[in-house]
Amino acid sequence: MNNNELKAIAKEVRIDIIKSVSEAKSGHPGGSLSAADILTVLYFDAMNIDPSNPKWEDRDRFVLSKGHGAPALYAVLAERGYFPKEELLKLRKFGAMLQGHPDMKKTPGVDMSTGSLGQGLSAANGMALAAKLDGKDYNVYALLGDGEVQEGMIWEAAMSAAHYKLDNIIAFLDHNGLQIDGSNDEVMSLGKIAKKFDAFGWNVISIDGHDFDQIKKAIEMAKEEEGRPSIVICETVKGKGVSFMEDQAGWHGKAPNAEETAKALEDLEGGLK
Amino acid sequence: MESIATREAYGKTLVELVENKDIVVLDADLAGATKTAMFKKACPERFFDMGIAEGDMMGTAAGLAVSGKIPFASTFAIFAAGRGFEQIRNSICYPNINVKIAATHAGVTVGEDGGSHQAIEDISLMRSLPNMVVLNPADAVEARQMVLAAAEYVGPMYLRFGRAATPVIHDESYKFELGKGEVVKEGKDVSIIATGIMVAKALEAAETLKAEGIDAEVINISTIKPLDNELVLASAKKTGKVVTAEEHSIIGGLGSAVCELLAEEHPVKVTRIGVKDVFGQSGSPAALLEHYGLTAADIVKACK
Repeated sequence: MNNNELKAIAKEVRIDIIKSVSEAKSGHPGGSLSAADILTVLYFDAMNIDPSNPKWEDRDRFVLSKGHGAPALYAVLAERGYFPKEELLKLRKFGAMLQGHPDMKKTPGVDMSTGSLGQGLSAANGMALAAKLDGKDYNVYALLGDGEVQEGMIWEAAMSAAHYKLDNIIAFLDHNGLQIDGSNDEVMSLGKIAKKFDAFGWNVISIDGHDFDQIKKAIEMAKEEEGRPSIVICETVKGKGVSFMEDQAGWHGKAPNAEETAKALEDLEGGLK
Repeated sequence: MESIATREAYGKTLVELVENKDIVVLDADLAGATKTAMFKKACPERFFDMGIAEGDMMGTAAGLAVSGKIPFASTFAIFAAGRGFEQIRNSICYPNINVKIAATHAGVTVGEDGGSHQAIEDISLMRSLPNMVVLNPADAVEARQMVLAAAEYVGPMYLRFGRAATPVIHDESYKFELGKGEVVKEGKDVSIIATGIMVAKALEAAETLKAEGIDAEVINISTIKPLDNELVLASAKKTGKVVTAEEHSIIGGLGSAVCELLAEEHPVKVTRIGVKDVFGQSGSPAALLEHYGLTAADIVKACK
């Protein structure tokens, strides 16, 4: 898919993130907006999937390890046709298909239930191991948060993926630099994160996580890598596209009020530069 | 009476299941002790050592299961139910995924390794999780049948095995039925409701009681969750007095499950035999069972 088409979809996705979180009156807009471009490329360009058959055995899998980015995943899935867009406005409401964090039993297209940080990469590894056992050539994509890699379990999984040579794992790190309590550096420094994954035996690719060409190219490079998993470290902007949310830790887990929602939608419709 | 450790039966039964190509076995660097090494030897391509990383093992098992595999994930009970608790909760039970957690070295009969390694709260933890089935075999014969049943059942399951050799009370004709308790000996004066290695001790206690004119009923509850409510209620109604026995804390295990049921449906006096809200310590299994009040004599005393 060409970049203009991807750009138009990512814009819709961001609008849906704002509308759904605003309607829900809670949720995580900041990290959803930072991940929107990566998810758009995955679901509209990279992944081998069939929205009419969400459980297709040979499909590529996706695990949103940073489960609180659910509004972005839901917006992309709806846009891709997994379920009607009307569902987005029921986000987090009682009886809704769209839970606060991804629930594979309730939402078509969600390959793994997540929400408790640190657990998604292990599940992705399990899916990747199963592919190897079955001689299937699907890829397993996972999206990690930068705050999330403070969880020790991520490093257990990083070790496992390298140990079992899971070259069908393509992980993304949504490196927006912020988490609930402030910047990564204020809360718990990640140190040289690219070097850390490299030291764990991963193929590391560093890109601008809002540049479609770079995201596409990184995925191609990761697919070609043999014998080790790949991680694409994406420099991103938390709250990307909404002027007053950009680079603000305060918008990690807070819904905009009516006035803020109007302003956010205005920014997104206008294509904030 | 022959004695075999239930972990031994677990390892052997995994090997019996080797023809089922969906079965995969994971361990966290304890394959020799948990006996999954037997499967590793028989089928190295479907055995995955995850290293000393129990959380990752649970998550990986979940990923394998959603891709159609039947994973058995093994380590010591303290690390499975303890270290892996939140991964079991959120990555296995919450999405109701088909993972079998086969935990060995449960209870104080771990022995010399001491209190840090003696899981006496694992049943309590696992029982509190929606979708989880909790199994605790009385002997090696039952353990084997449980493993075979686990391979057929679809959903999260916790199987609890012991380190020490324990008496085999069943003959090969015994048929384990998931969710059903077993009346091992009928009686009318008191119901001894036991699980795991305490079933053999309950039978021993019943013999002593018989000599003193007390006719005890002995029930083996090997499926702790879901509990066989019907059987427990029927026995309590018949005898009017219940003693529970488990190699586990008296908080949250079989004793609690029985009390919860009886308090609501048919209140009778219940005495719980178990570890009384303290941690274990080093020692021989026999010395520890005696110290913590887990002997046939303790059951006899509670029945009077």
